[in-house]
Amino acid sequence: MNAVNPEGYTTADGRKIGPVMMEMKNITLRFGGVKAITDISFDIREGEIRAIIGPNGAGKSSMLNVISGFYVPQEGEVWFRGEKRAPMKPYQVAQQGIARTFQNIALFEGMSVLDNVMTGRLNYMKSGLFSQAIWKGKAEQEEVANREVVERVIDFLEIQAIRKTPVARLPYGLKKRVELARALAAEPKLLLLDEPMAGMNVEEKEDMSRFILDVNDEFGTTIALIEHDMGVVMDLSDRVVVMDYGKKIGDGTPDEVRNNQDVIDAYLGVAHD
Amino acid sequence: MFYREAGDFKTSYVEDNQTFPIKFDRWRYYAVLAFAFAVVPFFINDYWVNAIFLPFLIYSIAAIGLNILVGYCGQVSLGTGGFMAVGAYAVYKLMTSFPDVSLFFHVLLAGGVTAIVGVLFGLPSLRIKGFYLAVATLAAQFFLVWLFNKVPWFYNYSASGQINAPERTVFGTLVSGPSADAWAKYIFCLVFTVIVAVIARNLTRGTQGRKWMAIRDMDIAAEIIGVDPLKAKLTAFAVSSFFVGVAGALFFSVYLGAVEVGEAFGINKSFLVLFMIIIGGLGSIFGSFAGAAFLVLMPVLLKNILVGGLGWPTDLAAHLEFIIVGGLIVTFLILEPHGLAQLWRVTKEKLRLWPFPH
Repeated sequence: MNAVNPEGYTTADGRKIGPVMMEMKNITLRFGGVKAITDISFDIREGEIRAIIGPNGAGKSSMLNVISGFYVPQEGEVWFRGEKRAPMKPYQVAQQGIARTFQNIALFEGMSVLDNVMTGRLNYMKSGLFSQAIWKGKAEQEEVANREVVERVIDFLEIQAIRKTPVARLPYGLKKRVELARALAAEPKLLLLDEPMAGMNVEEKEDMSRFILDVNDEFGTTIALIEHDMGVVMDLSDRVVVMDYGKKIGDGTPDEVRNNQDVIDAYLGVAHD
Repeated sequence: MFYREAGDFKTSYVEDNQTFPIKFDRWRYYAVLAFAFAVVPFFINDYWVNAIFLPFLIYSIAAIGLNILVGYCGQVSLGTGGFMAVGAYAVYKLMTSFPDVSLFFHVLLAGGVTAIVGVLFGLPSLRIKGFYLAVATLAAQFFLVWLFNKVPWFYNYSASGQINAPERTVFGTLVSGPSADAWAKYIFCLVFTVIVAVIARNLTRGTQGRKWMAIRDMDIAAEIIGVDPLKAKLTAFAVSSFFVGVAGALFFSVYLGAVEVGEAFGINKSFLVLFMIIIGGLGSIFGSFAGAAFLVLMPVLLKNILVGGLGWPTDLAAHLEFIIVGGLIVTFLILEPHGLAQLWRVTKEKLRLWPFPH
């Protein structure tokens, strides 16, 4: 790989990887005396699929939470699209075009699939309370325009049949897919996936992998994902960050990471003498 | 066979989004409206209006208001009585200060005042949730009642400490005061109820409703998709208090006519409206109506049967009423936590197929 080229490069399968979109600089996150993340730097390029892996408790989810604004790191800087990001609330991060899914599904159980996916469009809906109250003018137009976008996402993820079903009635695998639909409806620039394949069987994993690749390919969405299934990670991602005990121990293409001695030690254990 | 969507095709998202997507449902709704506006006013007298129609319509408004806050946004409130009192005293001050303005605008303004007060007392909701928030709103309830008792300016320094509704008109027709006609009071409240119900329905099926429900179902996920929790919660408090304020204003000016704050708007009122939405169904506009109808009609019905029909003493009947209401609430919470609205939904699904088994 030629990561040195700041303008980007083209991958072996012909996808265009752009310049750096998000850069984490020397991030340190502490909870009281516990250091969850220690001095980690890495970048995410436009159009790439970036994986974050590591053993349990390595700080991967904390890293994602830093990116999406739940945690404010004590040290370090977050740069997004060429600008240093001031500490902001999660909803402000969402308005910048960063969407995410959760490790344990975080859907709105009391609403239908359609309403859940529609919530992904909230940032595009600006009509006032009054217009909404009479359901005329801007509110109605917005509702229809955004419904069209949502229907495209629903088609794309093949969940047309369950459109009006309450989410609480769905099985686990479909819930995961609906959550992805909600994130995609926001048309994010950067999509964060926290263990999108946890608890799935092989078929569901294959489906989900296909969706992730298609999202990246068709919409050009940049994706950062955490995943424990090494086969999936190595197949999907362009570059991989490896974390262990809150430190970065590897960063590079899947092949580079696979042959990195520190990574092998972290995953397989190392003899102490 | 009644609620079947077969043959009822929709070719646009607007049609798919309407309040009553099934044709049969839509016609039933128009029929109810036509009956309420064109038939009922000619047949009602003072007894029907005061015993059933006015309390039903006004409590429906209050229940819709509280349902937006509790059922849709998930913020528990026990301050409904206090907020109704704000509406009542606001409309009283407006009625006495600007006697020439139509009562219609006074009621709307009273709702606006209540919305502001509601937002103030909603501020703690940003930090506290669940039971703790309920206790915080309980403080609003007691504080507001105390305030209206304590400061004579609110009741225009009257010797009794009561407020009395002066006679006011809308379009030249008397709607408040003792000599107002039954049909005029009824129509006046009905107009407000219909407006409130339509607005509430529009808000809850659109963007704002989704924000509220997102906060209710999972506030962390709501934040991550771009909902500002501060704004969403305070909007819920504002809209809810507006409706509750309108209900309080009508309750005082059109229905009761004279009010002593601790009696009319005490903690009992807060619980009554809360029971209405629990029995009716949280997160449902229809449920608000059903709950209000249930708790207004049941005592009247019981009294007619027990005292009128069986000749029981009044006090015994009254005590039995408490027992029955309490028992029903417990039964409902166990058997159907989603209330009458859920029963209605299930019935509709059954009616779709009826009389066929599949």
